[in-house]
Amino acid sequence: MDRFRCLMKIKKTFLWPAAVLLFLALPLVIDSNYLISVLIVIGLYTIIVQGLGILMGYAGQVSFGHGGFFGLGGYAVAIMTTRYGWHPVLALLAAIILPGLIAAIIGRPTLKLRELYLAMGTMGFGILIHTMFNEAGELTGGPSGIAGIPYLTIGGLTFDNDIKFFYLIWAVVLLVLFGINNLIRSRVGRALRAISESEHAAETAGIDTGKLKLKAFIFSALLAGLAGGLYAFYVTFVSPAPFGFNTSVQFVLMAVVGGLGTFLGPLLGAALVVLLGELLRWAIPLVIPGAGGEYEIIFFGLILVVLMIYRPEGLGAFGKISKSPMEKTPAASDVGLPESG
Amino acid sequence: MSKLVKKIGLTLLTILLLIVGLIAGGCASSQNDAGSAGQAKEQGKEQGNEPYQIGAVIDISGNSSSLGVPERDTLLMLVDKLNQDGGINGHPVELTILDNKSEETEAVLAVKKLIEKNVLAVLGCSSSGPSMAMINTVQNAKVPMVSMAAASSIVEPVSDRQWVFKTAQSDIVTVKKIITYLKARDLTKVALLYMNNTYGDGGKAAFTTAAKENGIEIVAEEKFEASDKDMTPQLTKVKAGGAQAAIVWAIPPSASIITKNFKDMGLSIPLIHSHGVGNQKFIELAQGAAEGVILPIGKLAVASQIPDSDPQKKVLESYIADYQAKYNTQPNSFGGYAWDAFKLVVAAIEKAGPDRAAIRDELEKNTSGFAGISGIFNMSPQDHNGLGVDSMVLVQIKDGKWQLIK
Repeated sequence: MDRFRCLMKIKKTFLWPAAVLLFLALPLVIDSNYLISVLIVIGLYTIIVQGLGILMGYAGQVSFGHGGFFGLGGYAVAIMTTRYGWHPVLALLAAIILPGLIAAIIGRPTLKLRELYLAMGTMGFGILIHTMFNEAGELTGGPSGIAGIPYLTIGGLTFDNDIKFFYLIWAVVLLVLFGINNLIRSRVGRALRAISESEHAAETAGIDTGKLKLKAFIFSALLAGLAGGLYAFYVTFVSPAPFGFNTSVQFVLMAVVGGLGTFLGPLLGAALVVLLGELLRWAIPLVIPGAGGEYEIIFFGLILVVLMIYRPEGLGAFGKISKSPMEKTPAASDVGLPESG
Repeated sequence: MSKLVKKIGLTLLTILLLIVGLIAGGCASSQNDAGSAGQAKEQGKEQGNEPYQIGAVIDISGNSSSLGVPERDTLLMLVDKLNQDGGINGHPVELTILDNKSEETEAVLAVKKLIEKNVLAVLGCSSSGPSMAMINTVQNAKVPMVSMAAASSIVEPVSDRQWVFKTAQSDIVTVKKIITYLKARDLTKVALLYMNNTYGDGGKAAFTTAAKENGIEIVAEEKFEASDKDMTPQLTKVKAGGAQAAIVWAIPPSASIITKNFKDMGLSIPLIHSHGVGNQKFIELAQGAAEGVILPIGKLAVASQIPDSDPQKKVLESYIADYQAKYNTQPNSFGGYAWDAFKLVVAAIEKAGPDRAAIRDELEKNTSGFAGISGIFNMSPQDHNGLGVDSMVLVQIKDGKWQLIK
């Protein structure tokens, strides 16, 4: 990187700290627990979709089982804290490690599958985990779930309100964002991109595709578990319902709407799906009194169809569509992304 | 990197804009409410017309929509009527109903939205999972909540649930009613069959405990999935087990299927269902096999058969008449839970005024002998459901209709 580009970088770097600071100042300005919780939920989903984005967008593997990993994280926290009295931080660690371990075990055979079969394999896994939550009565509380999860405490700081949770979750989101930013610019990132373009070509080039796909799978499971653990601490109650197949589909939807293989796609996808849902929740009863989700889904579907027609590569793909001058800077190669997807 | 940097900036700015949109659109009114609530209350006292806010989070769509829809219809009917009659102490009531799509995370967001709107109390949810998920939020925000779901863990332990009440009978009430029947007929060996979900699970747990206490032996225990199409294997085991009666904890359609299988196999022992089959659909789907089935049920289904001396009689008949006039169909027990929740809260606001803590205290301390649809409510600091065994009656199905057992 030459000196000129370094200077440019510093100059352009002004934009994002300003935006991030503005964003982080939101809780001080918006004095609304509701909006802060909406942002918390967006953050939680972003963490999962970031992992899923690596798996789908870079390693080119789809997963319809991430609701299961999300649930494993949630249940790990619930069981460890309420049944065994673990310290919340340890329980959160378990929530990250357990899904990772399980992903490592099932990853090898599952990732040998391709396309539709892989989708079905991961879907089966998700349903399996969901069934286990329902059936392991003694351990998971069966369909009634586990209540009374304590708040997360880290070194005397108890995360017992929405504002504290907002900062916790968005700190994690930003951390993951920059971790991934580094990852995709590294050797591993380029290798992953190669797999998504053509697995055979990548193998010919000497990339151990099996190992890399497994790594991406484990990484995405770790993130889903982390989000699940944080969810359990936030709601203080888990039951099998939020971790089913629908949830897995929703995560894939967020990843696709946001834009596969785009850096900010996960954030945009999660934000759009959650905000749209909330917007429609209050907007529709204003038009049709007493109406519920059955009308919401129509509007939701319409908006998604329109979006996919005009933005087939997802929201995060604005660099690819706009013909702004920044398109012509050598920045793209710097990031390690080819210009066309 | 520079491109990336711009992207992050743009993304966060986009989200900022969306949020600003959300504030400007949906929350503008609630924000203003929050800011001027104090003043409005002052003025309201003088003018007597500031509206009271009540919120409801209902499972209108999704898995539990069959519960949520009659609840929503009941609430809409009641709030219209209340406002026509002049509201609460001259204050009109503004009821905001939000759909949680039968999902827990959605329920948490919805209840927070309502609390921002400065609701005096929250009604909901229709099912147990979303109700449980809202508890932490209402406890922290100190907002009274009246759930319409069955699980007893929603209001227990009361020490951790001071702000939470519920109007649906807990499983234990149904179980006690069934146990009374079994003991009266000296049936000590029973088979227990239940569907494998929250409802069946709760019934099984409550019945097992109560059976042990009352010296009733469970000689066969079988479960089935909500989607199962044939329960003959489970019933074969029951037949072999020498049970004197079969207890089934399920809702239609699986409850109807097992009843058909039961008749087809020629089992002659009494078949006792739970209150989960307390709707006409059960009888229709069982295609005649439901004849002779015994079940505990809320008094709503047999309103015309209960004696005039019953304090609930008048309430039940007026609810049925109103509901039929408006929606041209019979109300069911779920709508009844909503009726009770709404009326309890309205009665509490009437006496306590627009103050959340006072409403909670009023609900807990002064709800006694309240004749509702689901029963006579007697709340106490130890019991936030307040319904006893007398809130249910035993009925037998005869000629496709509920027949009160004396």
